[in-house]
Amino acid sequence: MIVRISTESQYKLGDDASEELNDLDNQVVAAVDAGDEDRFHELFEQMLDLIRRAGQPLDEDELAESDVILPPPDTSFVEAAAEFTGEGLIPD
Amino acid sequence: MPGIGGRMSTVIKAKISKMLDRAEDPGETLEYSYQKQMELLQNVKKGVADVVTSKKRLQLQQQKLEQQVVKLDTQARQALSQGREDLARTALERKQFAQTELQSLDQQVAELESQQAGLIEKEQKMRSKIEQFRTKKEVIKAQYSAAEAQVKISEAASGVGEEMADVGLAMQRALDKTENMRARANAMDELEAAGAFDDQLSLTAGQDEIDRELHQLTSQGAVDDDLARLKAELGQGAPPQQSLESGESLESGEQERKA
Repeated sequence: MIVRISTESQYKLGDDASEELNDLDNQVVAAVDAGDEDRFHELFEQMLDLIRRAGQPLDEDELAESDVILPPPDTSFVEAAAEFTGEGLIPD
Repeated sequence: MPGIGGRMSTVIKAKISKMLDRAEDPGETLEYSYQKQMELLQNVKKGVADVVTSKKRLQLQQQKLEQQVVKLDTQARQALSQGREDLARTALERKQFAQTELQSLDQQVAELESQQAGLIEKEQKMRSKIEQFRTKKEVIKAQYSAAEAQVKISEAASGVGEEMADVGLAMQRALDKTENMRARANAMDELEAAGAFDDQLSLTAGQDEIDRELHQLTSQGAVDDDLARLKAELGQGAPPQQSLESGESLESGEQERKA
């Protein structure tokens, strides 16, 4: 699947890594719900790390839509929480 | 993916399709998004210029503060050699404050530099995607039937649309950060205008509002250490490793002069 880290790049991710990413993503949501800022940063870092490590950067000349778009690497806890309350990083 | 990735994807995709839906046929979609792409590139250029302007301003403040640190240290030395520990302490408090500000400025300049580099990189990536989109557009027109072309074109347009949304987001974040730093830079200029880094030490130490604020802001331990260091250099008082209590270890002669 194709994953984008916002403000960074798009990557191609294999099935195993995709599953791992999905698992981390669920844990991130749980950390945000629990208001656990440290845990959020830790897990979000792990997600970014996984994509950068296991993913293959998409060629410059490839025009593909991403399957998943992650928030920017410098997303704050407040911004992450806003993602789930409808405010979001990207205003309408 | 239902989590944070899913949420972000949904929001961005909704925005892209809203943007692309404005045109009714594929040809128009192409023209419309191409025009949008060009506008966005112009905006990114402006964004980069904005970041550079803010960076230059911070660098100017850095230079001024560096000069102040040297000046204040010299003044503290002079004050101490004339037995005016009170003035020396004020100068060192101001120096300490200036140094703290300098550290924070260093970080801010580094941050802006990375924002600038990031934006330039995004701009180049965007250019290459636009080029790709242009080529693809011609190929699609030449090779496919109208119905197929429509599908192919919306795929390409979604891909380039996502890149556009991303460049837009990167720029927004860079500008927000720049804006915060500009507000800080303004505050620093005001502080400077109010005399926080004033080199006129004719002011009675600890008497005005700024000195009281500085006294609260600066680390007294660091000021004490700095004072002890100067004293040791001038051959007065205790050696630097022994921290001084405010004014108490002054020799009696100095206390008389001070009083």
